[in-house]
Amino acid sequence: MQTTAPEKIPFFRDPTKLAIFYQFLTVLGVGLLSYYLISNTLANLERQSISTGFGFFDREAAFEIGESFIEYSAADSYGRALAVGFLNTLSVSFIGIILTVILGTFIGVARLSTNWLVAKLSAAYIEFFQDIPILLQLFFWYAFFYEILPSPRQALNPLPGLFLCNRGLIFGVPEWHSAFLYGGIAFLIGLIVVYFIKKWAAKRQAATGLIFPTAKVSVAILLGLPVLVWFLSGAPTAMNIPSLKGFNFKGGVSISPEFTALLLGLVLYTAAFVAEVVRAGIQSVSKGQKEAALSIGLRPGQVLNLVILPQALRVIVPPLTSQLLNLTKNSSLAVAIGYPDFVSVAGTTINQTGQAIEGVALIMIVYLIFSLSTSAYMNWYNKKIALVER
Amino acid sequence: MEDTLHPNTTKEIKPPVINIGIIGWIRANLFNGWFNTLLTLVFAYVLFLTVPPFINWALINSSWFTTSEECKASGGACWSVVTTNIRFMLFGFYPHALQWRPLLAIVILIALLIYSRNRNHWRKSLAYAWAIGLFTMGLLLKGGLFGLESVESTKWGGLPLTLLLSVFGLTAAYPVGIILALGRQSKMPIVKSFCVIYIELIRGVPLISLLFMSSVVFPLFLPEGMTINPILRAQVAIIMFTAAYIAEVVRGGLQGVDKGQYEAAQSLGLNYFQSMRRIILPQALKIVIPPSVSILISAFKDTSLVVIIALYDLLKTTQTTLTDPKWMGYSSEAYIFVALIYFVCCFFMSNYSRKLEKELDTSL
Repeated sequence: MQTTAPEKIPFFRDPTKLAIFYQFLTVLGVGLLSYYLISNTLANLERQSISTGFGFFDREAAFEIGESFIEYSAADSYGRALAVGFLNTLSVSFIGIILTVILGTFIGVARLSTNWLVAKLSAAYIEFFQDIPILLQLFFWYAFFYEILPSPRQALNPLPGLFLCNRGLIFGVPEWHSAFLYGGIAFLIGLIVVYFIKKWAAKRQAATGLIFPTAKVSVAILLGLPVLVWFLSGAPTAMNIPSLKGFNFKGGVSISPEFTALLLGLVLYTAAFVAEVVRAGIQSVSKGQKEAALSIGLRPGQVLNLVILPQALRVIVPPLTSQLLNLTKNSSLAVAIGYPDFVSVAGTTINQTGQAIEGVALIMIVYLIFSLSTSAYMNWYNKKIALVER
Repeated sequence: MEDTLHPNTTKEIKPPVINIGIIGWIRANLFNGWFNTLLTLVFAYVLFLTVPPFINWALINSSWFTTSEECKASGGACWSVVTTNIRFMLFGFYPHALQWRPLLAIVILIALLIYSRNRNHWRKSLAYAWAIGLFTMGLLLKGGLFGLESVESTKWGGLPLTLLLSVFGLTAAYPVGIILALGRQSKMPIVKSFCVIYIELIRGVPLISLLFMSSVVFPLFLPEGMTINPILRAQVAIIMFTAAYIAEVVRGGLQGVDKGQYEAAQSLGLNYFQSMRRIILPQALKIVIPPSVSILISAFKDTSLVVIIALYDLLKTTQTTLTDPKWMGYSSEAYIFVALIYFVCCFFMSNYSRKLEKELDTSL
């Protein structure tokens, strides 16, 4: 028998060798490019005598910040100024996310309503708010506060204790009393108790098949315990209502026009996208699932809880998180309407210190932390709810 | 009695009048059940409270071609702020006598877009038409050739700038995005990790941080004496940003192509480039056409962020108009006008994307 030795493959047709060659090229290209950029940058920095590093953190910032959750004055350091900006970004995103989820869910459900008027209005809302740039909406709300709303003397008063004027949103809050602190502690205790009840109920159901009314009991504990504690510690009802003193309001809590405009713009814009996500999620559960659940004798509440929601949420949660992440990223537009968020404070820092690279890097790192932690959570969640296929 | 027994004379019994026609429709869609009745009434009342005053303000009491003093007297909407300043709002600082050029560029773009709507027109010649069209648009804006007077890019502004940034941005970002997507799907670990890092890094940060980078960090990257104009810098930032999103969309398309296609291409003896060029990409790119339109919509909306680095796009020219003491305080009218432009463009694009999705959906 005659066998021919396998033909030797030339290197330019050998995939493994080619792969090594291409990767070498990539590394070389990226390396050369970074070397070019870095050497240029270093030369430029030296010529313009810009210092490098994060030494400016400890230096005096010498600029005021309009609103802040921690004590801050112009004499404080850049580090503290950036912390103020970070907390402002965090707070507007946090409040925005809660309001967006609520509003978006309502509109998404209303989009599927059998009521023609409600369904059409929701559809119009979604189309309208999705198609206008968020920045334009922010400018509009900002102008709304400064141009259209009246001065404090003629403030709009849509609800008792709530005023709307060109100084922002001002509303009454209960007068501080230690009963609220105790109530808050009671709520936390309630949360822990509910957690254990839920665990116990699941265990009991697995063992005996008996269903414990977890939802009702949880609500009762979470609401009842704080109210009981509030009642026992004296049931304070005094309110701190804002009142007009001179040219402005005294008392109550006042929220600046910038914050309100930013929040309003972010929530109304993102809610339109969340509504679409919710609608798609609900529509993804086939009708047969509901009918099958009803036919095996589940009550409507159980159908929603045990059959529809678990399936709809699997579709809803991933795009929902990415929309909420978008809201967080869009909160950086605060800089355009003068709300001191992280980007705005970092921008001022760049202008004053000239250290552009460090400033932009800080902005990117902060947002990357948000995104990476969100995607880590998403991966965990997806793994948890993934269908186990045979 | 006789009548009902005899088939020929049976009277056709119509459904009750309240179940058919307009009344039936209203009953079924607006007043089915107490809850829906309540909702209908509440929303109808809200509409009654808001719509007539708005129409009053926007149309009946409004002034259209007046001076700002006459506007103050009328009490309604002052559309004069738009009609008086429309050339500045749409074209920015572009020389007044030459504004037909950007206008013509916009007309060419719209004509191309409308012609491309029909999928029967998607031939190679259309790609050439787009290439020639884009080149002509750039030429019209820039000038300097064929006897056209040259216009500095610092004078570009308004709607042409918005369209330029988004259309050129998407066109340039698409090839980059495809390369990134292929890199991310590749088996070469170093190439793959570079692409993954780039895509995740860009998608994790807001566009505004990239625009900041373009305005304050890019100049530091360049050798001494070399400068790039701000529009090009912003354009680069937008391309870098959009490319990462396109890469993720294209990756979805690549994953959507059946594995058998990859294997069949290999078994035919095609190498990587041939199989991608001839087999995989044509199928993958077809899948991703509808999401690409969505990316165009977001790119179009996102270009408005260049306001923050002080480029005179549509939004910035509007704001500049509003800083004129004569027209201060008419923000609502001006912003509504700009919103309308954005809305009309995005509405047509998103409708088109939905239509395409239905057409291209070959599944049952």
